[in-house]
Amino acid sequence: MKLNGAQILVDCLKSEGVKHIFGYPGGAVLHIYDALNACTTIDHILVRHEQGAVHAADGYARTSGKCGVSLVTSGPGLTNAVTGIATAFTDSIPMIVISGQVPSAVIGSDAFQEVDAVGITRSCVKHNFLVKNANDLAETVKKAFYIATTGRPGPVLIDITKDATIAEIEYEGYPESIKMRSYHPEVKVDAGQVEKAIAIIEKAQKPIIYSGGGSVIGNASKVLTTLTQTIGFPITQTLMGLGAFPATDKQSLGMLGMHGTYEANMAMHDSDCIIAVGARFDDRITGNLEKFCPYAKIIHIDIDPSSVGKVVGVDVSVIGQVNDVLHALIEGLKGKKLSNIDAWWQQIDEWRQVDSLAYKTAENVIKPQTVVETLYEVTNGQSIVTSDVGQHQMWAAQYYPFDKPRRWINSGGLGTMGFGLPAAMGAKLAEPDLDVACVTGDGSIQMMLQELSTMLQYHTPVKIINLNNGYLGMVRQWQEFFYEKRYSMSYMDALPDFVKLAESYGHIGIRVEKEADLKPALIEAFKQKDRTVFLDIITDPTENVFPMIPSGAGHHEMLLAGRDEMASTNDSGLNLV
Amino acid sequence: MRHIISIQLENESGALSRVAGLFSARGFNIESLTVAATNDPTLSRMTIVSVGDDDIIEQIVKQVNKLIDVVKVTDLTATEHIERELLIVKIAISSKTQVDVDTQLDRFNAKVIDAAEDAYIVELAGKSQKINDFLTAFNVEQIIEVSRTGVTGVCQKI
Repeated sequence: MKLNGAQILVDCLKSEGVKHIFGYPGGAVLHIYDALNACTTIDHILVRHEQGAVHAADGYARTSGKCGVSLVTSGPGLTNAVTGIATAFTDSIPMIVISGQVPSAVIGSDAFQEVDAVGITRSCVKHNFLVKNANDLAETVKKAFYIATTGRPGPVLIDITKDATIAEIEYEGYPESIKMRSYHPEVKVDAGQVEKAIAIIEKAQKPIIYSGGGSVIGNASKVLTTLTQTIGFPITQTLMGLGAFPATDKQSLGMLGMHGTYEANMAMHDSDCIIAVGARFDDRITGNLEKFCPYAKIIHIDIDPSSVGKVVGVDVSVIGQVNDVLHALIEGLKGKKLSNIDAWWQQIDEWRQVDSLAYKTAENVIKPQTVVETLYEVTNGQSIVTSDVGQHQMWAAQYYPFDKPRRWINSGGLGTMGFGLPAAMGAKLAEPDLDVACVTGDGSIQMMLQELSTMLQYHTPVKIINLNNGYLGMVRQWQEFFYEKRYSMSYMDALPDFVKLAESYGHIGIRVEKEADLKPALIEAFKQKDRTVFLDIITDPTENVFPMIPSGAGHHEMLLAGRDEMASTNDSGLNLV
Repeated sequence: MRHIISIQLENESGALSRVAGLFSARGFNIESLTVAATNDPTLSRMTIVSVGDDDIIEQIVKQVNKLIDVVKVTDLTATEHIERELLIVKIAISSKTQVDVDTQLDRFNAKVIDAAEDAYIVELAGKSQKINDFLTAFNVEQIIEVSRTGVTGVCQKI
């Protein structure tokens, strides 16, 4: 069958089962858009900015577990997409980004809207391709999906020259399988390593499971839950891992790390056996490496060998899919007698008594924590929650306990402000029957506001919970703690009227200034099943995120709200990123 | 410690920049880098000399292995291996110095590949240390131009 490159590309995407593409047209991709126009099985979402396209595809992928797809034009289309690509890369999200490129004959001539897409994205993709010949398209697309979705997932860029989309060639159909001599993502779990891990687990008196994003991305929630409940160990989860194990289960100690709970961090510090599951010992988790888990033997389970030993030396590593490794552990532990850890649980319960997430309410001001707690109550904990980046992100993670994986969607690794709104749109398209809330702040929301327009066009009703404190709150918090309260550029003197703004985009806007109005407003918002509602909630501008591990401190040196005052002269924080 | 890392990778445009970019992005050090196609024209061999403690070298090997274009990575210094580097150097000569220069060339078994009235072009292959020693056998002003390929090598095990 004779087809042009663009038609072949669209057929490849159809064959991969792609249902949604998030994109923005331009000169280099006009043939692709022409071919898409003739395709009835793929819905194209026309975003308002390419960064929004990639974040939306990302939110879609995180929610559904499928590969997200976005399509952008050459030059600025691609450079706008880069932040989104880097966001997906840092959090290991499977994604295909297709970018147009100038015709192959003019590559390198500084042609109109030409950038070296492959060069620019090289360090923030799992892999990338430049396709200059229509004959290479089908195999490249097959490879790209294979690479993006297997092993440790990640974004793959396919940069396609315009002439390759125009050329008509004989198309023999989409390849059924692909083999690459340089890429072998299948890993067989090493039984010897599993045995070594079990030997440590058997002796553990103070064990803890430390589970990360790999448990969510690797769809290992079920087996993680089974293992944890079978062996009765406490479990703490990273920002990226929340939901893989139910947060309301009594074995859950909540999140760990910089703003984790007291019990999670103390348990990590005192533990003699840490089972790290799909987690990478990020600096937000470990705090001061010299003080990190001084008594523990560490078992590290990960699909990516380069994650092992990168930050923290471990005693046993087991490489493989989290699912496979945990299954092997469950099998191997059958019939084994574990140590009695009643004393450990007793200690943990004492730490729990500290109630590290307690906060003081005050009259005439809404506390942001109360907003998230009320959101949890109104949605029965069943909403998908996306967030942007900053204080509101931490409060959402702390006060909305997730019981299911793929319900908490946030940019953990890169920390990309502007992620939340387009990601919420992607999440709603992936799970149209679930409520989607975007917890954001007045700083973050203004980075991707234009997607409100896309959300109207494609009927993706989400509830925007804007914790409006007039400040770039996390920056303000650090300036208070580490820069002697010199609030340099963290106050936004002029904010839009978010209610009118939402209305001008065709949505509902509600402003909440009193705590008494909070719950009714949230109930009203979630009643509006078919509408996007923007809740502009005026919150306490002085509130800080606690508990906190200050710079240079270990897990056992947390600061608690209202109990420990952060010394504003503490200049050790200046080295903190 | 100095390590020689031998990388077999797909002979595709951009493959070299992926490896080189990885080193700079992650702050790994490169002392030298050589690359050329092998007898299989679809495969290249790249040899990188890097300096770092064992943890860093382990990370380098793992990170390079993770690149999709990379077929195989070996730390040659971890095994019995042969390493060589090629030097091409222009050495100034005069009636006063020629005898001394010739003596040094003989001592190192270096070969004159071009001889003019006032200069030799000399080639010498050997371990990097031998090449360093050879170059320091001359006065600075005698050396007009130096071009070294960087190290390449193979594992001795068949």
